Amino acid sequence: MAAAATADALGEAIPVGQRRGFRGRWYRTPSFVAGVSILGTIVLLAVLAPLVTGFDPTYQDLNHTLQGPSWHHLLGTDDLGRDTWTRLVYGARTDLRVAFLAVLFPFTIGTVLGLFSGYYGGWVDSITSWFVNVVVAFPFYVLIIALVFALGSGTRNIYIAITLVGWVSYTRIIRGEVLVAKRRDYVLAARAGGLSDFRILFRHLLPNVITQAIVFAMSDIVLDILAIVTLGYLGLGVQPPTPDWGTMIAEGQTFLTTHWELSTIPGIAVVVTALGLSLLADGLADLLRPE
Amino acid sequence: MSLGGYVVRRLLQLVPIALGVTILVFFLIHLVPGDPARTILGNQATTVRVKLLRHAWGLDRPLPVQYLKFMGRLLHGDLGTSLFYSVGAGRLVLQRLPVTLWLIGFGAVLAVAIAVPLSAFAATHRDRLPDHIVRAVPLVGLGFPPFWLGIVLLLTFGLNLGRLFPVGGYGSGFTGHLHSMFLPALTVALGIAPILIRSLRAGLLEVFEAEYITTARSKGLPERRVLIRHALRNAIVSTVSVLGVNIGYLVGGTLVIEQVYAIPGIGQLMINSIFERDFPVVQAVTLVFSVMVVLVYLATDVAHALLDPRVRFD
Repeated sequence: MAAAATADALGEAIPVGQRRGFRGRWYRTPSFVAGVSILGTIVLLAVLAPLVTGFDPTYQDLNHTLQGPSWHHLLGTDDLGRDTWTRLVYGARTDLRVAFLAVLFPFTIGTVLGLFSGYYGGWVDSITSWFVNVVVAFPFYVLIIALVFALGSGTRNIYIAITLVGWVSYTRIIRGEVLVAKRRDYVLAARAGGLSDFRILFRHLLPNVITQAIVFAMSDIVLDILAIVTLGYLGLGVQPPTPDWGTMIAEGQTFLTTHWELSTIPGIAVVVTALGLSLLADGLADLLRPE
Repeated sequence: MSLGGYVVRRLLQLVPIALGVTILVFFLIHLVPGDPARTILGNQATTVRVKLLRHAWGLDRPLPVQYLKFMGRLLHGDLGTSLFYSVGAGRLVLQRLPVTLWLIGFGAVLAVAIAVPLSAFAATHRDRLPDHIVRAVPLVGLGFPPFWLGIVLLLTFGLNLGRLFPVGGYGSGFTGHLHSMFLPALTVALGIAPILIRSLRAGLLEVFEAEYITTARSKGLPERRVLIRHALRNAIVSTVSVLGVNIGYLVGGTLVIEQVYAIPGIGQLMINSIFERDFPVVQAVTLVFSVMVVLVYLATDVAHALLDPRVRFD
């Protein structure tokens, strides 16, 4: 229903590349600029982590545990004497990389299934929709956690779990868009011209329906970051000693009464990252909407 | 179509989905790399014990036979036996279910109590400062990890600020539950309120454009009455659906929030069972969670049909 409503609001879809004014307008869209700035800063810090800090994220200094902020340790140290700032930027590396990669698989699989299911209808659509409805019947976190439990923890299994759960949103969005688009003249013309289904699907329909999926992918990364961090918090995600924000929050919780900052700081990092992505998604949605 | 007919039709549509849910839960155990019985019992387990478990769970039979056995047990209300507690997994879940239902219900009430006034306030002050502030709520709020929000609330209201609320547990008696579960329920509510605010504000703005609102206003009805009796009632229809669609997220969030506040619900049972590698219990909780979601979908559809009779004729 939501997909249909957005399709309505978008009106006729125009391929991204042919839209007038994307280049001329992006800097006048405040949410896009704010999103790119926030996310850009975090990505830059993550990429340049070895330059931003002189410490090793796993180096333990047991003589200097649980220290407050100082010039030497900008955000203090944790219970094992590891530098919090260092673990924060290296944690960004882990969590952002996993979240971005984790979106790629469901995006691709979901889009292709949505194309087929919307274009062919019939039994292809019935089967796909059945799978979608079954996956949607599970609470997001419950299914992710159950899958990671069965598969075992670790990054590779996080990708698998997120893919198994995440593809449904893309399939729903793309299917809805294709249902509208396949009745348009350019598709009818392509069919009348005798083009193959494959060509119609990937050369003509795909560029016209992909916009909504791209916009959704931005907010989906937010969901994935939250899922990865939650798995880390529960001890099922990225395994120690690899720095990860969720694990940091969980480890800090033991010292909540004396060192509240240990749990709070990585949480703020998650919130700021998510805000950057949400702003970017909003800005993209504005920019890609035809005038 | 009568409401009863509509409910029956929706129930029939749920059958294939329920079947799919059981298949997925059944297959969870086959996702375990290698021999599930060996993985679950650990490396120290003797070959005999592994064999016994494999046989007890029917893992030595062909897949379709295993599934039919699983379904047969399920239809008799048997969700398997806990490896850790040695009692029925179904009984364990049922014991703890009321706690989780309390949390979800309380959370949903608080979410509505937060979302309705805020979105009404924003919609009546369109494009002015209050509106901009309320519109920023979903943007920021959706990025809060639910468990972290729980920790922050715990830190603020449980450990500091006069220790207003207990730091964990379930409390006893109705008022005890209300008191103990307030922070956890607030955490749940804050997780879903942003989504509700966004939908309700948009719904109200759309309704304000309608002619019957102009009529109501030109009749000289007080603005408060127009808002509550005419606008909110119509705008809430789409919000009920939005709440229904997102209930999965809400329900799933309680899983982690129970862990933060040490609340003995089925979420905590699931996480504990994961660490004890108690497969039947994890399967049972997963199944019960999805049954809850499916029932809520049904309930929102029925509520939608009650609020807006046109839905029944789709």
